[in-house]
Amino acid sequence: MANPDTPLLPPPPGPSTVTRRDVLKGMAGVAGLASVPALLAACGPGATPSTGGAGASAAGSGGSITLGSNYSDEVPKKVLQGIVDTFTKNTGTTVKVNTVDHSTFQNQISSYLQGTPDDVWTWFSGFRMRFFAKQGLATDISDVWAKVDSKYGEAFKVGSTGDDGKQYFIPIYLYPWAVFYRKSVWAEKKYTIPKTFDELKTLATKMKSDGLIPFAFADKQGWPAQGTFDILNLRQNGYDFHVALMAGKEKWTDPRVKAVFDKWKEILPFHQEGAAGRDWADASTTLLQKRAGMYFHGMFTSQQFQTAGQADLDDLDFFPYPDFGTQYDAEKALDAPIDGFMLSKAPKNLEGSKAFLEYLAQPATQVTWVSQDKSNIAASKDADTSGYSPLQKKAAEVIGSAKRITQFLDRDTNPEFAGPNGMQAFLLDFIQNPDKDLAVLQKKIQDFWDTL
Amino acid sequence: MADRVRESTAPALPDQQVGRAGVAVSEPRRRRRYSLLTGRDKLVLALMVGVPLFFDIALIWGPTVASFLFSFTNWNGIGGITEKNIIGLKNYESLFTAYQFFWPALQHNLIWLGFLMFIATPLGMFMAVLLDREIRGTRFYQTIFYLPVVLSLAVIGIIWSLQYAPEQGFINNALGRTGNDNLIDWLGNPDLNLWAALVATSWRHVGYIMVLYLAGLKSVDPALREAAKVDGASERQTFMRVVFPVMAPINVVIVVVTTIEALRAFDIAYIINGGKNGLELLSTLITNNSISESSRVGFGSAIAVILLVISLGPIVIFLTRMMREDRR
Repeated sequence: MANPDTPLLPPPPGPSTVTRRDVLKGMAGVAGLASVPALLAACGPGATPSTGGAGASAAGSGGSITLGSNYSDEVPKKVLQGIVDTFTKNTGTTVKVNTVDHSTFQNQISSYLQGTPDDVWTWFSGFRMRFFAKQGLATDISDVWAKVDSKYGEAFKVGSTGDDGKQYFIPIYLYPWAVFYRKSVWAEKKYTIPKTFDELKTLATKMKSDGLIPFAFADKQGWPAQGTFDILNLRQNGYDFHVALMAGKEKWTDPRVKAVFDKWKEILPFHQEGAAGRDWADASTTLLQKRAGMYFHGMFTSQQFQTAGQADLDDLDFFPYPDFGTQYDAEKALDAPIDGFMLSKAPKNLEGSKAFLEYLAQPATQVTWVSQDKSNIAASKDADTSGYSPLQKKAAEVIGSAKRITQFLDRDTNPEFAGPNGMQAFLLDFIQNPDKDLAVLQKKIQDFWDTL
Repeated sequence: MADRVRESTAPALPDQQVGRAGVAVSEPRRRRRYSLLTGRDKLVLALMVGVPLFFDIALIWGPTVASFLFSFTNWNGIGGITEKNIIGLKNYESLFTAYQFFWPALQHNLIWLGFLMFIATPLGMFMAVLLDREIRGTRFYQTIFYLPVVLSLAVIGIIWSLQYAPEQGFINNALGRTGNDNLIDWLGNPDLNLWAALVATSWRHVGYIMVLYLAGLKSVDPALREAAKVDGASERQTFMRVVFPVMAPINVVIVVVTTIEALRAFDIAYIINGGKNGLELLSTLITNNSISESSRVGFGSAIAVILLVISLGPIVIFLTRMMREDRR
């Protein structure tokens, strides 16, 4: 943000006559400041030089495409570059990757897509994909899907399909949300994997008496607690209700929603204190340091373990959330968010971009990706899993046996509703004041939905 | 997008510049009586007024007016605005009645203002008075206190987030409050995190005010102090009765600076947790609604208009003050 400090310096004391020089100086200052927004605008993603036409001749028949990437972390950035390089080697098409910081990319997505976006861009499955497809900011890639359809399971096609029944998205990988734990700690204390919610509570009680924090927990970012809501709702009320609730077809004031919060209240005392001020990575560290017994989170929690060393990573394991004794247990539903790629509304090199997407849909490409970024598994059902880590193998198995898969609360519903001044705030309010009247909270949530 | 961000987070900025420009515009008219300006001078002046004025209108007043107009729509930032996007005053209606985050945000902005005005700013002035006495190592202290001002608020937000972190943070470790049963949740507890953010803001604000005030103190005519001393006034009396009144123009600037700082408070709250859970501010509400993925541009603009209207108060005071000074 521009710093307005300078123009506020006090006027020179003494006789206040304005000289011509002062006038000129003042105006120079104004002009200087006025140019700040122009500079800021120039730094925006719209200004990224596109090599679309210029590079085409140099690269031979393949031409070139541009790729807008939010993989700003070191590992995935390197992985993507490697994949891009292989693609260039195979086809002669050069790919220019424009990497933007993850959250900046998301915050600027609307203006980015309306400006001069790159040909291909990284994005998420679910509502967030359908939204931009509906706005006409993505190109229909049903023809690519016709070629790669057999490589994906049905759920992935559904997750790539817009409201108009056409496909707009190529899934590359996904990861499960589950209960993570350290095998060594469990072996030492002789804990066993809980099958039911009651067993989970019994186990948590035991952990507490053993001096462990049963559940590591963090919700400073606002979204981690949404994962807990999702799984509790899926177990308690089933996939259909969850999806309808996310779509606004069911009301948040429904007694079934109350039942979810009631369940949550039963296990909330076993969670780590001070969650609202903690980063999810710090909660992950609590598990890493063996201070916590369990951590319900996405598989990317393993990144902390990977950084800590192979021994720690090998010690990490997980199990799917226990059953509730409802008819919905059989669904074995879970959040397994899918990441992938989309095509902007008017790519400069349509053929080259589609070829690139097709390449990304190949099982071998995805295996290359997840063999380096081990917190994910390949989206393709034909992917060769023999090189998977034990954690990845388990993830593939758990997701494979799930009959219903959801993305995540903030990917399955309106982002305005899921955001910081929305569901994030409501769930933070709940986890900090679980004993407040739930009817009031539920009404607040529904009222907020109604204003959107 | 960039100008919308500017417009929303620093609404005070344009108007100060207009203040300057306003002074500039009236200038040639006054001079004409003496006809000291040649035709070439006039051309140069016209150009130098005209070009900045153009940018001023295009980059500052344009977006301001645009966001005022947006506030009557439910535009989501994508595509054009059609007739069916126009919803009249509905944004304002839902802002004042249904939107649960507006009144807390306004309250937090007021607390922010009160804290800076009555604690941080006086502290900065007090330090300036101390440093003005040429105590030993005054340069050293000046540097130390001024250092945070050089850092951007975003950096300050990150620095303090780390200090306040529950287990890894310095503060809880120093207090020995890192256990699961006795931990102090500086950033998460909605009754606490606003104050934690205010301490971080003040860390910078005190130094800023100190330097402004110190510059003012240095320019006070020493003869005034000597005269007061000869008349037998104590140090305290000299300051309260002589120096402080002489500094009136700077005092006004300080008050306005503080008000503006409070109204445009954004960075630290946004860095800590995106402006939620006790850290809602008008500026973060604008950002969360109109930029970011949730594209409620119309609604966000309505909040921005409210913030602009609030900001107009201190700005008008500041401008009238400035104009009067210039005319004298």
